[in-house]
Amino acid sequence: MAQRAIREYDGKAIFSKHWEKYFSGFHYGFKSVLVTSGDELRACAQKHGFEWLKQEALVAKPDMLFGKRGKNDLVLFRTNKPGDVTLDEAAKWIDEKISHETTLLSGQHGTLTHFIVEPFTPHSQDQEYYISATTVGEDDVLYLSAEGGMEVEEGWEEKVNEVTIPITMDDANIAHLIRANVPAGIPAENKDRFIAFAEQFYKFYRDLNFAYLEINPIVMIGNDMHILDLVARLDDTAGFMMGESWCGAEFPTAFGMEDQSPEEKAIAEADSKSGASLKLTILNPMGRIWTMVAGGGASVVYADTIADLSGNVADLANYGEYSGGPTTGETKFYADTVLDLMTRHKDPKGRDKILIIGGAIANFTDVAKTFTGIIQSFETYADKMKAVGTRIYVRRGGPNYEKGLKDIKEAADRLGLYIEVYGPETHVTDIVRMALEK
Amino acid sequence: MGALFTKDTQAIFWNNNASAIQRMLDYDYVINRVKPSVAAIVAPTSGNKFEKFFYGPDEIMVPVFRNTTEAAAAFPHADVLLNFGSFRTAYDVTMEAITLKGQFKTVMVTAEGIPERLARKMNQAARDAGVVVIGPATVGGIAPGGFKIANVGGTIENIINSKLHRAGSCGLVTRSGGLFNELSNIISINADGIAEGVAIGGDRFVGSVFIDNLLRMESNPEVKYMVLLGEVGGTEEYKVIEAVKAGKIKKPIIAWCIGTIAKHFSSGVQFGHAGASANADAETAAYKNEAMAAAGIHVPASFNDLPQTIADVYGKLCAAGTIGEIVEPALREVPKVRRKKEFICTISDDRGDEATYAGYPISSVATPETGFGIGDVISLLWFKKRYPKWATDYLETVIKTVADHGPAVSGAHNAKVTARAGKDVISSLVTGLLTIGPRFGGAIDDAARYFKYANDRGMSPAEFIDYMKKEGKTISGIGHRIKSVRNPDLRVSGLKKYAAEFFPSTPLLDFALEVEKLTTSKKDNLILNVDGTIGILMVDMWRALGYSEEEIDGFIDAGALNAFFVVGRSIGFIGHILDEKRLGMPMYRHPTDDILYNVELADEI
Repeated sequence: MAQRAIREYDGKAIFSKHWEKYFSGFHYGFKSVLVTSGDELRACAQKHGFEWLKQEALVAKPDMLFGKRGKNDLVLFRTNKPGDVTLDEAAKWIDEKISHETTLLSGQHGTLTHFIVEPFTPHSQDQEYYISATTVGEDDVLYLSAEGGMEVEEGWEEKVNEVTIPITMDDANIAHLIRANVPAGIPAENKDRFIAFAEQFYKFYRDLNFAYLEINPIVMIGNDMHILDLVARLDDTAGFMMGESWCGAEFPTAFGMEDQSPEEKAIAEADSKSGASLKLTILNPMGRIWTMVAGGGASVVYADTIADLSGNVADLANYGEYSGGPTTGETKFYADTVLDLMTRHKDPKGRDKILIIGGAIANFTDVAKTFTGIIQSFETYADKMKAVGTRIYVRRGGPNYEKGLKDIKEAADRLGLYIEVYGPETHVTDIVRMALEK
Repeated sequence: MGALFTKDTQAIFWNNNASAIQRMLDYDYVINRVKPSVAAIVAPTSGNKFEKFFYGPDEIMVPVFRNTTEAAAAFPHADVLLNFGSFRTAYDVTMEAITLKGQFKTVMVTAEGIPERLARKMNQAARDAGVVVIGPATVGGIAPGGFKIANVGGTIENIINSKLHRAGSCGLVTRSGGLFNELSNIISINADGIAEGVAIGGDRFVGSVFIDNLLRMESNPEVKYMVLLGEVGGTEEYKVIEAVKAGKIKKPIIAWCIGTIAKHFSSGVQFGHAGASANADAETAAYKNEAMAAAGIHVPASFNDLPQTIADVYGKLCAAGTIGEIVEPALREVPKVRRKKEFICTISDDRGDEATYAGYPISSVATPETGFGIGDVISLLWFKKRYPKWATDYLETVIKTVADHGPAVSGAHNAKVTARAGKDVISSLVTGLLTIGPRFGGAIDDAARYFKYANDRGMSPAEFIDYMKKEGKTISGIGHRIKSVRNPDLRVSGLKKYAAEFFPSTPLLDFALEVEKLTTSKKDNLILNVDGTIGILMVDMWRALGYSEEEIDGFIDAGALNAFFVVGRSIGFIGHILDEKRLGMPMYRHPTDDILYNVELADEI
C-alpha cells in the first residue's frame, strides 16, 4: 500500500510502549485519552489510572489527522485563562463539537468525531522545541529547531537545521552528524540532552518504520518530555514485521473525505479477502461515464482520457480497477456493484450512460474467464441498463481475448444491449473517443 | 553499459513459479535460443533436485537448489536473478544475491509492497555493488529476440503480434507493468517494435529509475529512440530532462506521464500505484508533461495521441536512414499439445542406430581393442563420466578383491543353502545378495562415511577415536579376526601399493593410517582392514577426480560403495551356486544337536 497517517493518540501510544528502550533517562507520562463523546470522557475519568482527568487542568482537541488545530480554534485549553479547563467543561465542549458540521480554514468540512484529551502543561515558549523526521528522495532527513510551535513554520529556512542521513549510514556517524548540526539556539544547559533525545528520536522513527514523525512542540523540562502535538505516518507495508509494536494503530480516512459508501466498503472488503486486486472509488454518483477497467495503469489512462476528451470531469462517475486474476465470482460481484450504481439515476440531461469495459493487453489473466462474471452481471441488470439508456464499449487483449470478446458481444446482443467490442488492434483508450463522438 | 540482456543471458529463478518459467522456455524455443534462459531454480522448501519443463515438443530438466549461493556456484555464468520471493522474503533474497560478488549483473524483484526502508537499503546496496535492480513491483523486462523475464509480453501469440520475438529499434521504459504489453503493441503497430524494454516497477522506491535505463539505452546501438511512460508522483522525470538538456541523451525520446486526472481531485483518491501521488505541483503529471515538452522531448497532447507521436518520430528516423529494414527471423512453433514424460533416463539411450552408454556406442567399448574395461563401463553407466585409467583400474581391482571370501560367510552360506533347496540361480543369488547390509559387506560404506566425516571436520586421529567411543560405535574398517601388524593382510598391502603408485594423492588413506597407528598400539589386530581400505581409497579417488565433498557424500548416501561390493561378490555367489549344482548336493537340514532348545509353555494373558 503506502504511507498512511495515524492518529496523534496512537502515535503517542507507540512512543509510550517503546519509551524505555529508546528514551531511558528521559521521562514521558503518556497521559492521553481518545474519546468520541463527552460521556465517554466522563466514563474514562472513573477508571483506575485516569484520575488525572478529574485532578488536572485539561486540553482537548480533535484527533482526526488534520493540522493547524490552533489556528482553526479547535484546541480547548482555557475557559477564562489558560489551564483552567475542567473535565466537565471538556466533555461539554466535545459534545458541542460533535453536534454540528465543522469547516476548516482549508475548506475541508465534516463532522468531528474523535478527540484527544490530555493534561494542560504549563511551560514557557523557550522550553518548546521542534523535531521531525521523514524521507526525502532516497535519504532520511531529521529536522531540528530550537523554536517549536506555530512559529517554526514562519521562517523555516533560518530556524530549522536539516540533517540528511543516508540509508546506509551507521549509528556512530549518525550520532556525529546530529551533534554537528544541533541548532545554535538550544541553550547550553540543554544541548547534550537535546542531542541525546534527537539521536534516539531518529532511531525510533527508523526502527518503528515511520514514514513521517513530527513533534511540534516538544517541551523539555529537565528530563521530562512533553509531547504536546504529534503528527505521524507509518509505512504500512512494514506492518507484517511490526506486529504489536504499532499498538494496533488504525489508519482513519482523512477528515472531510466523505466516508466510504456501502458499495466502496463492500469492494474494499472483497479486495482484502482476495488474492486479486479490486478497487472502487465513486467520484460522482450522477456521472454519465462508468468504468470497469482491468489493471492499475490502464485504469489511470482511461480516467485521464475521459477527463481530457469529455471536457467535463464531472462526467466521470467512478475510478477503480480489477486485476491480478480475479475469479468469475469476484468479477461478477464487482460488475454487479458498478452496474447497480450506474442504473440508479438517469442522466439529468437525458443522455445515454456510457459503460467502458477497458483494459490493456493482459500478461496472464484469462480474459474470457473474467468476462464470464461480467456477462452474468449483464443478465441481472440488462433491464435496468436499458431503462437508463446504456452504451457499452469494450476493449481488451491478452490470453483468450478473442473468446472473451465474442462471448460478451453475443450476450449483449441477446439481451438487447448496445455494445461495441475491440481487441488489441485498437488503441487502448480509443473507445473513449468513439463513445464520446457518437 | 550497452544491452541489458543478450541471447546468451541466463537467469537463476528464485521461487518455482512453474507457469512463468514455462513461458520463458517457450519463448526461448520460439526464438531459437541455444541455451534455455533459466539455468536453475532456487526453491528453499523443495525436496526436488530438478523440475521438468517443456522445451518445444521435448522436456528438459532444470536443476533446483535450496539457496541462491549454491545455484550461483553451479552456474557462475547465470548473471540475472529473477527474485520472485514475496514481499516478506524478497529483501533477503536480493541481499544474498548482492553479496555474491561478480555473479549477478541484474536482479529483478517482482514483489509489491516491500517495506520502504528495506527497499531503500536494498536499492542502495545494489547500486554500491554495481548491480542493476529492476523493480520492486514489476513484471520485468525483455530484450526481444534474446531474453524475456517471466510473464512479460503475455502469451506467445501476443508476443508475436507485438513483435516481441525479435529486436526492433525502440527502447521502452515504463513504470506500469500492466501497460508494458500495451506499449509494446502500440510500438509494433506504429513502428518496428522494441529493442529493449523495462518496466521499472510501481513501488515508491525502485532500484533502477528512468534515467538509469535511458542512459543505458543511449549507449546501446540497437536502440534508435526511446519511449518513456511516466506517472504522477515523484521527480524522476526531471533527471531525464536534465540529461537531455546536458546532451547526455541525444536519441529522440517520446514521453508521457499518466495520471493527469489527479489534478481534478483533492487528495484522498489514490490513482494507481503506491508511488503515484503528487506531493507538490512539480510532481503532477500535467506539470511533468509540460516540462518534458519544453526540453524538446516529444510529448503528445494526450495518451490517446501517443500512437501518432510514435509513428511520426519513427517515420522521420526511417526517412533519415537511421532505422533500416528488419529481416524477420525464422521462428519455431511450440506444439499446442504436449505430454509430460513419466520416466527419465540420463545414462543410456537405445533410440539411435546403436544403443549407447553415456553417449558411447556399445561397440565402441565392448571389444578388447577399444581399450575399455569393465571399470570404464561402470564409470560411464554409474557416474556418466569417462574416468582415467588409474581410476578404472582401481574400480576393477576392488571388484576382483571383493569377489569371494569363501563358503562360510553368511551371504555365501545362504546362497548355498538355497541352491541345495533346488532353487534356480537367480533365487539363490538374490538370497545371498539380500544378506548384504550393515553387518555383512556394510563396512565399506561405513568406513568411507565415518573416516570422511572425521577428516572433513578436521578431527585428529585421537579425536576421531574418542568421538567413535562417545558415539558407542566400533570403527568400521578397523580390525581383523586373524590378521595383524605382524601378519599383514596382503590384499590391503596390494591396494595401498597400487594407490601409492597411481593415485595423485591419498589424504583420507593417510589419515586412516594415522588412526591405525593408534589403534594397533592398543591391540595388534586393530589394523586397517580390506573393507576400510577400499571405502577410504574410493573417497580419495573421487577427490582426485575433482568431485566436491557434497557429491562424494551423495555417492556414499546413494549406496555406490555397496554397489561395488554387490557386483564383485555376485561373481563369488554365482560360483558357489554353480558349485552346488555341479556337486548335486541334497537339501540341507541343520542338525538339531547344533541348536540350543529352550522352549517354555506360553503364559496365558
